[in-house]
Amino acid sequence: MSLHASTTPQFKQNSRDALADENLQSALRSARNGFVGKRAIARAKMGEDEFDALRNRGRDLKNHVLANLGDYLEAYEREVIASGGHVHWAETAADAQAIVLDICRKAGAKTVNKGKTMISEECGINDHLSANGITPVETDLGEYIIQLRDETPSHIIAPAVHVTVPQVREEFLKAHTHLDPDRDLSGLDTLLKEARAVLRAKYFEAQVGITGANMLIAETGQSVIVTNEGNGDLSQSLPKVHIVMASIEKIVPTMEDAATVLRILARSATGQDMSVYTTFSQGPRRAGDPDGPEEYHVVLLDNGRSNMLGTEFQDMLRCIRCGACMNHCPVYQTVGGHAYGWVYPGPMGAVLTPSLIGVEEGGHLPNASTFCGRCEDVCPMRIPLPKMMRHWREREFERNLTPAATRWGLGIWGWFAKRPALYRLATRGGMAGLRLLGRGRGRLGKVPLAGSWTDARDMPAPQGDTFMAQWRAKR
Amino acid sequence: MPRVALFVTCLVDMFRPSVGFATVKLLEDAGCTVEVPEAQTCCGQPAYNSGDRATAAQIAQQVIVAFESYDYVVAPSGSCAGTIVKDYPDLVQGAWVPRAQALAAKTHEITSFLVDVLGVESVTADMPRLATYHDSCSGLRTLGVRDQPRKLLASTGVTVREMDEAEVCCGFGGTFCVKYPDISASMVADKVRHATDTGAELLLAGDLGCLMNMAGKASREGRGIEVRHVVEVLAGMTDTPAIGEPK
Repeated sequence: MSLHASTTPQFKQNSRDALADENLQSALRSARNGFVGKRAIARAKMGEDEFDALRNRGRDLKNHVLANLGDYLEAYEREVIASGGHVHWAETAADAQAIVLDICRKAGAKTVNKGKTMISEECGINDHLSANGITPVETDLGEYIIQLRDETPSHIIAPAVHVTVPQVREEFLKAHTHLDPDRDLSGLDTLLKEARAVLRAKYFEAQVGITGANMLIAETGQSVIVTNEGNGDLSQSLPKVHIVMASIEKIVPTMEDAATVLRILARSATGQDMSVYTTFSQGPRRAGDPDGPEEYHVVLLDNGRSNMLGTEFQDMLRCIRCGACMNHCPVYQTVGGHAYGWVYPGPMGAVLTPSLIGVEEGGHLPNASTFCGRCEDVCPMRIPLPKMMRHWREREFERNLTPAATRWGLGIWGWFAKRPALYRLATRGGMAGLRLLGRGRGRLGKVPLAGSWTDARDMPAPQGDTFMAQWRAKR
Repeated sequence: MPRVALFVTCLVDMFRPSVGFATVKLLEDAGCTVEVPEAQTCCGQPAYNSGDRATAAQIAQQVIVAFESYDYVVAPSGSCAGTIVKDYPDLVQGAWVPRAQALAAKTHEITSFLVDVLGVESVTADMPRLATYHDSCSGLRTLGVRDQPRKLLASTGVTVREMDEAEVCCGFGGTFCVKYPDISASMVADKVRHATDTGAELLLAGDLGCLMNMAGKASREGRGIEVRHVVEVLAGMTDTPAIGEPK
């Protein structure tokens, strides 16, 4: 179970709020084509065949890892310990909270610097630290902005993608009261410069740095992070203690495998060949090392993932968190990430969320998809996302969680669809009725029981008698 | 002469029979014998996508029985053809699996059947008009339908002016459009805006679900664009009012 509060059951209301939020809609519009275009260019530059072959390699590599996960996790743990680090196994988010708090307390931490980590979001680490008198400081610019706004990330790699530039300006003026209130914050560069100056000062105050991990390498015991700001490096190398928070499926067997994933990760995410910084961390500072932490801890989170192994949802654990699925999702592009109501939005969230917090809580998400298939089309790990969303719908149907109206409607429709002769009669009658309602106007502005269609659009009226009836009359 | 069974699709059967007749004309012009099996209703996709696997499997078996004796099965829809091609083999069990696979192997969306299977290069219609084309998701991503309709359209004299995000979903999504009407409405508004921004007189696509969604939005917003199934243009059968337009 997770300790990150969810508003997922209110997905419908959340999405209405999102549609009515002009700032959000404006931010979504500007983000919409950026990611999509950049990925397409990166794929074309590499060569589509090579890119897609790399996706196959990524898929096969992760499938191999998942089939041997226990062995690789143990090998990884041995290597971390051999390099002087500590591995903590967290079965639940609450376990992870307790482990992280304990390490922070032992380090005497008042301030903790954080690189971007979604696992920390999943475990509600910031709230837990704050509640225990320790101040978490987000050092990723996007994370810093939403921390100022007291929000959660709306995207797994671009956490503040829902915020407009004027909103950032407003937030900085409110938060950075030590600076001249009349300073020039008109350009993007001035905002960046200010964020950098404010955050620089904080790096030296923290006793503990927490980062996530894009990968954990079994043969070396290394953790890998990719960033574009270098904030992760400072967060993990300046404080005395470095905590890596990662979920168990982040394992890859070798450095070579890590390179395979790196070749496809940034291209799928931002369209970059590589992120600006790719950092490998291995244990604490050794004698003679110029810098690095004195302690190196890895918190390995399960939180429901091992329950997915061996089920129809196992393929989801191949995910490398590039965000391509949400970047290309027309539903995500329309309502943004917060509407999804929990940590992971978009198509990957629609599959993962019910797996981690239960389908009773997260059931809306796999339903809120048109199955357009764009997510699967761009997924670097070839995760069959629509198919797995459908599996969730099947679990809901089996457990009677599907809304009564849907079940009722489906039941009647299915009864007729299995009886072609009666179906012919029913459809002919139904269409004749609709034609009457249409009164020759070619379309209907209102149809009884079809308000969810006609509130926003007309319903084209049937042309005439059904095709099957006309065909039979003709031939 | 190949014996082709028309899978007319439930929406075409009920709302727009002219699409069925246009499909028959295109198939006959290409030298096929067309039959319409009486025992067809729907491909079962509404049940399958709502999690009711049992009902979907029963309908799949009904379709297999009704259609498996023909040389080919053709539908004026990438979505329904896609369900037969991609989903049926996963959906049924036991002895039904090889039968589902055999049916999948000979089932096609109409424009893809004409171009990819029969090698049709051109159709006889003469239609010197400006159109834009929406790539319906299932046809595009499940069956690879993208160039085939454009190629055939070019042979009629239609100029296709591409819209922004032609490959992005229109927001129909079967039951999605009524389960999440607010999101669907916003998606179809974007789609219709992109289509009309091209200045095209015609908005074409290969799936009636998408077309009814787009036509309904276009007429509600008074966009004044004529919305039609691509086969109506290819068969030269545009004397019927466009979708949602009065006689």
